[in-house]
Amino acid sequence: MQNSLSSEVRADARVSATDEVLRVSDLKVHFPIMSGVLFKHEIATVKAVDGVSFALNRGETLGLVGESGCGKSTTGLAVLRMLTPTAGRILFEGADIAKHDAAAMRAVRRRMQMVYQDPYGSLNPRMTVRDIILEPLEVHGLADDRAAARARVDELLRLVGLLPDMADRYPHEFSGGQRQRIGIARALALEPTLIVCDEPVSALDVSIQAQVVNLFMDLQERLGLTYLFIAHDLAVVRHISDRIAVMYLGRIVEIARRDELYARPLHPYTQALLAAVPVADPEVEAARPRMIVTGEVPSALRPPPGCRFHTRCPSAMPVCKTIDPELTDLSNGRAVACHLHAPVRG
Amino acid sequence: MSTPVLQVRGLTTRFRTDRGELTAVDDVSFDVGRGETVAIVGESGSGKSVTALSILRLIPSPPGRIAAGEVIFENRNLLELDNASIRDIRGNKIAMIFQEPMSSLNPSLTVGIQVAEPINEHRRTPWAAALEKAAELISRVRIPDAQSRLASFPHQYSGGMRQRIMIAMSLGCAPSLIIADEPTTALDVTVQAQILDLLKQITQESGTALMLITHDLGVVARYADRVIVMYGGRIVETAPARELYKKPRHPYTVGLLTSVPRLDGDTRRRLIPIDGQPPDLARLPAGCAFAPRCRAAVARCHHERPKLEPVSPTHQKACFANAELVVQ
Ligand SMILES: Nc1ncnc2c1ncn2[C@@H]1O[C@H](COP(=O)(O)OP(=O)(O)OP(=O)(O)O)[C@@H](O)[C@H]1O
Ligand SMILES: Nc1ncnc2c1ncn2[C@@H]1O[C@H](COP(=O)(O)OP(=O)(O)O)[C@@H](O)[C@H]1O
Ligand code: SF4
Ligand code: SF4
Ligand SMILES: [Mg+2]
Ligand SMILES: [Mg+2]
Repeated sequence: MQNSLSSEVRADARVSATDEVLRVSDLKVHFPIMSGVLFKHEIATVKAVDGVSFALNRGETLGLVGESGCGKSTTGLAVLRMLTPTAGRILFEGADIAKHDAAAMRAVRRRMQMVYQDPYGSLNPRMTVRDIILEPLEVHGLADDRAAARARVDELLRLVGLLPDMADRYPHEFSGGQRQRIGIARALALEPTLIVCDEPVSALDVSIQAQVVNLFMDLQERLGLTYLFIAHDLAVVRHISDRIAVMYLGRIVEIARRDELYARPLHPYTQALLAAVPVADPEVEAARPRMIVTGEVPSALRPPPGCRFHTRCPSAMPVCKTIDPELTDLSNGRAVACHLHAPVRG
Repeated sequence: MSTPVLQVRGLTTRFRTDRGELTAVDDVSFDVGRGETVAIVGESGSGKSVTALSILRLIPSPPGRIAAGEVIFENRNLLELDNASIRDIRGNKIAMIFQEPMSSLNPSLTVGIQVAEPINEHRRTPWAAALEKAAELISRVRIPDAQSRLASFPHQYSGGMRQRIMIAMSLGCAPSLIIADEPTTALDVTVQAQILDLLKQITQESGTALMLITHDLGVVARYADRVIVMYGGRIVETAPARELYKKPRHPYTVGLLTSVPRLDGDTRRRLIPIDGQPPDLARLPAGCAFAPRCRAAVARCHHERPKLEPVSPTHQKACFANAELVVQ
């Protein structure tokens, strides 16, 4: 089975389109900051991810957006268990993997893969493309039949729009876009259910980004893949995602279906983020109202008390300085963490 | 129209590399009007930064050299000035803002001294007065508590604040042109909007021209009066911003506009990518540099180079195709 990406197998994955692949509950990842020359001791904690919850259905794309340092990559790495969470549950295909040890993770890892931002740093320069793509198969003992493994590499290369006769070249012989395709082929080798894509087009030239975005969308349709798509480009995320979660300082502040989020952002931070992104049309831009938040994202070492956004929020009220708003479900699968939308009682 | 603040004519800059000499900027000509914001767009390696550095004579030599052209600024050809005179123009009449402010700031000098220094040097203003002026500039770029901020060092500032300092520095000598090379690419989107709005507002207030280098078509749409599109070291199209977006006439410009998703675009529409790869300057095709990727290419495109020619008094393109190209 490892040698086929047979459409029947994948088609039935798509039929049951509502089953849940991933459910993350109250995920926390805290990094200790150490100091001291002889005796290291913890002087502070970065709460990189501090109580994040979301779910992903099969065949769906959840976009994860927010400014740098808000915890997007850390969330992605924790979901794949490339980091050990400090707290929380990560239900992947029904089992909580948050506390899995390395051995238990090995079996699960086949089903969850990652595509990285940097198409230069993420491929070993001393390995041929074939060896790069074969590596995950070998790790899982699936490359013993050499002829079948070879055919599998050829098939994967074709799948991502490359040619099988490129397999014996080295990464430096490829452009950024082609390298990203190689990274995607490697991620697909084990037929994963879930792919975490961490800024997969940010490092590419604008004229190449569309090629890779289209590839992600085609592969999802053909293979029924589920994506956690991390990016800071809000237009790309809008194009590719079914739902979007907006992060700020280690928290999800709003999560909603794509069209609702962009048409009617509710959280003041989502509003500020969308207003900041210019639209590639001078006439639209000239007519657009401007809402610019002041200041910059505070340090994750010392997040503000109460609502973490209150230091920059144009709608901040006295309550915001002291009471941390919870992510509260509204209708339509939308949830918002803001006192304007879920007033505190009493 | 009054005489432009900057006139670039036939600018050609080459670099010697181990793969032979490559032409990074090839016969580039354009004007920047007084108080005008001109954006230069194009993908990585298209020659945007080399154009800016050539104007200021900051090309490292060797391996680089300005092989031909004129850069007329205030009736003088900058390419013919002696070193002392060009130094007096840089950071004075023409200010520069780069992507990574940390690399242009001195980590061991206080911010106040760095903002005051060009005022002291170029304007021969005594230090005390220059520092006072620096405090004024720092509050003008909306850094609160300017007076006490003068004594801090660059590392005590965030990325956005450092870029504000760069803007303050550039304003010290009331330049008539600011060249900003990807000034916000390293910043978060909310901070990017703050910085570009500030830059735009300040240049508007003081009538300073702005040459804004970027690869972000949204930024161009929001801030530019006119756009120059570069590809493979050449200008392939230039037009007023509204006209360029509404009626692009070069297939590469059309490709850029249809391949990038828009924040307000139709999400059911598939992106139309530009096929192939950006050109390798050391192995440019004989004809049009875009020909290997161009869907409109005809036989002529593969052996003859199209010249930049007017389609209207304000709009020029370098392309043999006559048909009007429509962005769907
Ligand atoms: N010091 C140098 N030595 C050799 N080649 C150089 C040098 N500086 C620039 N080049 C070459 O000149 C060409 C144009 O480079 P330039 O920096 O102007 O690109 P750019 O349009 O600013 O791209 P980016 O968007 O990546 O900043 C590139 O092919 C580059 O490799
Ligand atoms: N290994 C680590 N040690 C200490 N701090 C870290 C580590 N990894 C990430 N962080 C911090 O956690 C926060 C979130 O980082 P990250 O998830 O990489 O953000 P994003 O991907 O959203 O830009 C940041 O403040 C970052 O500096
Ligand atoms: S809770 Fe208060 S400070 Fe936070 S986003 Fe809502 S209104 Fe703004
Ligand atoms: S000159 Fe020819 S190849 Fe070049 S852009 Fe025009 S049609 Fe395309
Ligand atoms: Mg990241
Ligand atoms: Mg550049």
